[in-house]
Amino acid sequence: MKPSRTILLVEDNRDDVELTIRALKEAKITNAVVVAKNGVEALDYVFGTGTHAGRDPADQPVVVLLDIKLPLLNGIDVLKRMRADERTRRTPVVMLTSSKEQGDVAQTYELGANSYVRKPVDFESFVTAARQLGLYWTVLNEPPVG
Amino acid sequence: MRILRGLTIRQKLISIGMLSSLTALVAASVAFLAFDAYTFRQRLARRILTEAQITGLNSITPLLFNDAEAATATLGGLRAEPAVVAAFVLPPEGSEPFATYARDRGSAVAPMVPPDAPKEGHLYRSDELLVSEPIRFEGKVIGSLLVRADLGELRDRQRRYAGMVAVILAGSLLLAVVISRFVQKTISRPILHLAETARAVSAHKDYSVRAVAEGKDEIGQLVNTFNEMLDQIAQQNAALEEGRRELEGRVEARTLDLAAANKELEAFSYSVSHDLRAPLRAIDGFSKALLSDYGPQLDERARHYLDRVRAGTQRMSGLIDDLLGLARVSRRELVRQEVDVSEIARRVAAELARHHPERAVRVEIRDGLSADADSHLLTIVFENLMGNAWKFTGKRDDATIEVGHEVDGRGRAFYVRDNGAGFDMAYADKLFGAFQRLHADEDFEGTGIGLATVQRIVSRHGGHIWAEGAVDKGATFYFTLEQSS
Repeated sequence: MKPSRTILLVEDNRDDVELTIRALKEAKITNAVVVAKNGVEALDYVFGTGTHAGRDPADQPVVVLLDIKLPLLNGIDVLKRMRADERTRRTPVVMLTSSKEQGDVAQTYELGANSYVRKPVDFESFVTAARQLGLYWTVLNEPPVG
Repeated sequence: MRILRGLTIRQKLISIGMLSSLTALVAASVAFLAFDAYTFRQRLARRILTEAQITGLNSITPLLFNDAEAATATLGGLRAEPAVVAAFVLPPEGSEPFATYARDRGSAVAPMVPPDAPKEGHLYRSDELLVSEPIRFEGKVIGSLLVRADLGELRDRQRRYAGMVAVILAGSLLLAVVISRFVQKTISRPILHLAETARAVSAHKDYSVRAVAEGKDEIGQLVNTFNEMLDQIAQQNAALEEGRRELEGRVEARTLDLAAANKELEAFSYSVSHDLRAPLRAIDGFSKALLSDYGPQLDERARHYLDRVRAGTQRMSGLIDDLLGLARVSRRELVRQEVDVSEIARRVAAELARHHPERAVRVEIRDGLSADADSHLLTIVFENLMGNAWKFTGKRDDATIEVGHEVDGRGRAFYVRDNGAGFDMAYADKLFGAFQRLHADEDFEGTGIGLATVQRIVSRHGGHIWAEGAVDKGATFYFTLEQSS
């Protein structure tokens, strides 16, 4: 089965969702973006449970953009659950932070986040994060030069 | 008395008892011996004088008849008195004796008439008694009788007495020791008991121990006072312990309050950094979208307004960052260690140069600067001070920033000096207040929180910060990192 190469955006702020999707679009990123409005919904998506029952957990998103501050289950909790499960252990996770609060960043790296991007997500910082993860060509859908 | 000092109380008491007895006995013995010697001499003189008077009367006839033999025979009667060594019948004129008597007739040396003999009466010399008795017949002195007696009897007597005294002294001393040993116990036992109790109290810090008073004398009073003192100490200890517990409880309550306040502050900071920024992001993001999507349809004025909206949100975002920085600096635990201050300044300078490649600023950093400080917080200090210096020299071609230290009697102060816009010393006290700015935004950008942050860091290190400067003559910021002694 061909992977769907979706980007999972976990974000409760409608403005931020809109601005992030806009930034990805502006960057000519055409992957499907799935939005989860809270931590529970995000876990449902990656594990194929609850509102996303029936989804194949083997088809992991190409990257999860995970906001830290979320209702119900926050980003840190979601990250912990994902890293504790064999199916989602290697799924790339980029944390979305709204401040330079170092505590957040240090903790997410410790828990296994691959990178972090400060909101609002603009093209440059997203590209930097994608490059760090080695996802640049996968996400941007552009063939390598040469 | 110095010898007594090293002794125990028991030994002292026994010594005092013995010394007193010894002194009394010796004084009494000496007085007795002296009195006995005096009365013996008196008696001896009277005895010899009586003998001399009798012999003198018996010598009248031989003298009248010039019969030396009879005189000598008369003198021989003195043999009955063993103290008499020699006797002479002397004529009124001339020194040759008319008749002589010597106790030790076998002696080779004939007895001599002492030249200093008295004419009448008796005289004690160092080792003998001289008695002279005039011989009268019908009121006329016809000669004299001189008797020499030795004091051998007195010496024998005194020797005997001395022996007796010595035996009595020894016996008395022995008795004194025995009595002292019994009597001293009534004094030393309560004292030793008191000392033992005091030692136990001191060693075990147990103030419930009490000494037992045996009598109503001074030692008994001492024991009672000692016990009262222990009562007071125990009471004071209890009061101290209660006070300590109360303080501990209060500290614990305060700590809990403080922890709660800190947690609240943390939650507040977190909320500020996340929630306050969200609407800002929306304003900025959608303004930007409006500009890029509808830019061509907007006129110059509309685009200018949108630019101003975006500049405002950027500025507010910067303010939030700086305020959070200030809060973080206050919350963060201070970790002091030996840090290379020169290296920190060099790193900050390199970072500034990287961010502003268009600027040509000469940076002079003194080598070998070090301090006992929190390396992370000290970096923030230099980021702010050197960042300010960088900013305020922006209008000069020969911009220079200097980092060094000055040592004076009060301690060592680090400084960051620039030759930039400077400031009016009249407003020097406003430099370190949050949101206080001495320059218009059009001239130099800034939030007015940087120096407040620096001051917070310096004061958390126990140091202080001050500045010197003049308008257009540059500024120097000094700070210390330890309490000035």
